[in-house]
Amino acid sequence: MDKLSVYQREFLARERQHKAQVRICRGMLLVLLLAVWELCARLGLIDAFIFSSPAKIWRCFLEMAGDGSIFLHTGVTLLETFISFFLVVVLGAAAAVALWGSRSLSEILEPYLVMLNSLPKSALAPLLIVWMGNQMRTIIVAAVSVALFGSILTLHTGFMQTDPDKIRLIYSLGGTRRDVLVKVLIPSCVPLIVSNMKVNVGLCLVGVIIGEFLSAKAGLGYLIIYASQVFGREYLLTGKPPGSEKPEPHRRQGGYEDGGRSSHEDFPQVLIPAWQVGPGASQSSPGAWDVGSGMVGGLPVSYGI
Amino acid sequence: MNTKLEVKNLCYSYHTLEGETQALSDISFDVKDGEFFAVVGPSGCGKSTLLSLLCGLIEPEEGAVFIDGAQGSESHSAIGYMLQKDHLFEWRTIFSNVSLGLEIQKRLDDKARNELLEMLNTYGLSQFKDARPGQLSGGMRQRAALIRTLALKPDILLLDEPFSALDYQTRLEVCDDISTIIRTRKKTAVLITHDLSEAISVADRILVLSSRPAKVKRIMEISFAPEFDRPLSRRNAPEFSAYFNELWKELKTDG
Repeated sequence: MDKLSVYQREFLARERQHKAQVRICRGMLLVLLLAVWELCARLGLIDAFIFSSPAKIWRCFLEMAGDGSIFLHTGVTLLETFISFFLVVVLGAAAAVALWGSRSLSEILEPYLVMLNSLPKSALAPLLIVWMGNQMRTIIVAAVSVALFGSILTLHTGFMQTDPDKIRLIYSLGGTRRDVLVKVLIPSCVPLIVSNMKVNVGLCLVGVIIGEFLSAKAGLGYLIIYASQVFGREYLLTGKPPGSEKPEPHRRQGGYEDGGRSSHEDFPQVLIPAWQVGPGASQSSPGAWDVGSGMVGGLPVSYGI
Repeated sequence: MNTKLEVKNLCYSYHTLEGETQALSDISFDVKDGEFFAVVGPSGCGKSTLLSLLCGLIEPEEGAVFIDGAQGSESHSAIGYMLQKDHLFEWRTIFSNVSLGLEIQKRLDDKARNELLEMLNTYGLSQFKDARPGQLSGGMRQRAALIRTLALKPDILLLDEPFSALDYQTRLEVCDDISTIIRTRKKTAVLITHDLSEAISVADRILVLSSRPAKVKRIMEISFAPEFDRPLSRRNAPEFSAYFNELWKELKTDG
C-alpha cells in the first residue's frame, strides 16, 4: 500500500469528523426531545395524563417486561406479521407470474385489482371478523389484504417492463416461455422484488395492528386498544385518571363512557381482557393513548354498525 | 458451393388497430455455404424483420425460408442469432452468460464446458470467465456474445447490426475480430447493417433493400484481391471507394 498523501489524509480526517458529528447530533437530538418531554410533563406544561412522559413509559415497560407480557404481545404481533408477509410474497409473486403468463387474464382482472388495491382495508377488517370470527386467522387475512393487491400490481408492471430484446434472445437460443421466466424475468426483477418486500413488511404490520385493534386476544394492537379502554373504565369507576395527580374531570368523559361500555358489554368478543388488570396496564394507557386515540372512538362503533 | 439458405417470396406485415404496415414484399435470395452475406437498406425498411423471419422467431405471411433445402422452422437450432446489443445478463458471470444457450437446451455437460473454456481462451476472455459483464469493455462484451452464439454450433449466423452500439474505434476492431472468427470457422453469415463501409469490408455479396415495404433492389458481388482479406485492410484497397460509391448510388435512387 502506498503512503497516503497529506491531502488524502486531510480528506479522510474531515470525513471522519463529519461522520462523528452526525452520530453525536443524532443521539443528542433524541436525548433532547426526551428531556424536553419529561421536563414539560414534570413542570405541568403538558398534561402528563394525556401525553404521558418518558419516565412513566419506561417504568411501564419495565413492569411489563417483568411479568413478560410485553414479550408475549410483541411476539404475537411479530408472528402474525411474518406469516402474513410470507403469504403476501408467495401469493403476490404467483399471481404476478400468472398475470404475465396470460394477456387475457391480466386485462380481465386489471380493473378489479386496481379497485381492490384502492379499497380502504381497515373498512374491510370488521367484515372479516364477522365472516371468520375472532382469531389469528382473521388478523392474518386482514394484513394480507392490505399488502397483497399493491404487491401484485407492482410486480406485474415490473415483469411487463422487461427488455423485449432480452426475451427475444432467450427465444433465439431455443428457449421456451418458462426459460424466459426463470432466466430473465425473475433475475432482472430481483431489485424490484426486494424493494417490494420492504414495502410489504411495513404494510403487513399496519394490517396486523388494524386486525388486532378489532379482534385479538394478544398482540400490540390489542394492547393499545385494551389499554385505552381500561383507562376509560377506570376513569369511569374512580372518577379520577390513574397515574395522574390532577383531580379535575376530563372533557372527553362522555366519549370514554360510550366506548368502554359498548365494547365490553355489547360486543364481548372484541376485547376480553386476557390478563390481569394491574397497575402495569393502567400505567401503559397514557403512553399508548397517543397512537390509538384516532382509532378507538370510531372503530367499535363502526364495527357494530 | 451448395446453397445453405434459400428465401422465397417472403412477405410480412405488421398489424395494429390503426392499420396494416407492410414491412417486406416479395423478398427472394439465397446464401451459399460459407458465404458472408450482408443486407443493407435505409433505416426502418424491415431489415430486422427479415432476420426475425430467418431465425424463425416470427412466421412469414407468405413465402418460406429453406435451410439446406428443408423448411426453416424444422431446422431452427442450426441458426445462431446475434442481437444489436450484447444482452449479457449482469446477474450472471461471463462463463454462465456464454453457456446460457447450452443451459437452456440442456446440453451443458463437461465436454461442452471444456469447449467453452477453450473458446474463451482463444478469444482472450479466459481471465474474465468469473467476472461480471459490467467489468468488460464493449469489444470484449461483444466477443462474449459471439461465443454465446457459437456455443450452440450453428451453421448459419444472423448478425443484427452487432457493432452499432460500439464507439467507432472499437467498432472497427470488433468488426475485424468477429468477421475473422466467423471466416476461420467457415460459418455462413448474414449481416444486417446500415453502415455501407462495414458491409463492403466484410461481405462477399451485398443485398440492397428498398425503403418500406422492402423489396430486393440489387445483389452486389464484392471481390477483393487476396492480400486484402481482412476487413481493416479491405478499407485500404483501391476498389473500396468504387464499391462504396456504387452502393451509395444504389441506395439513393428510388424504385
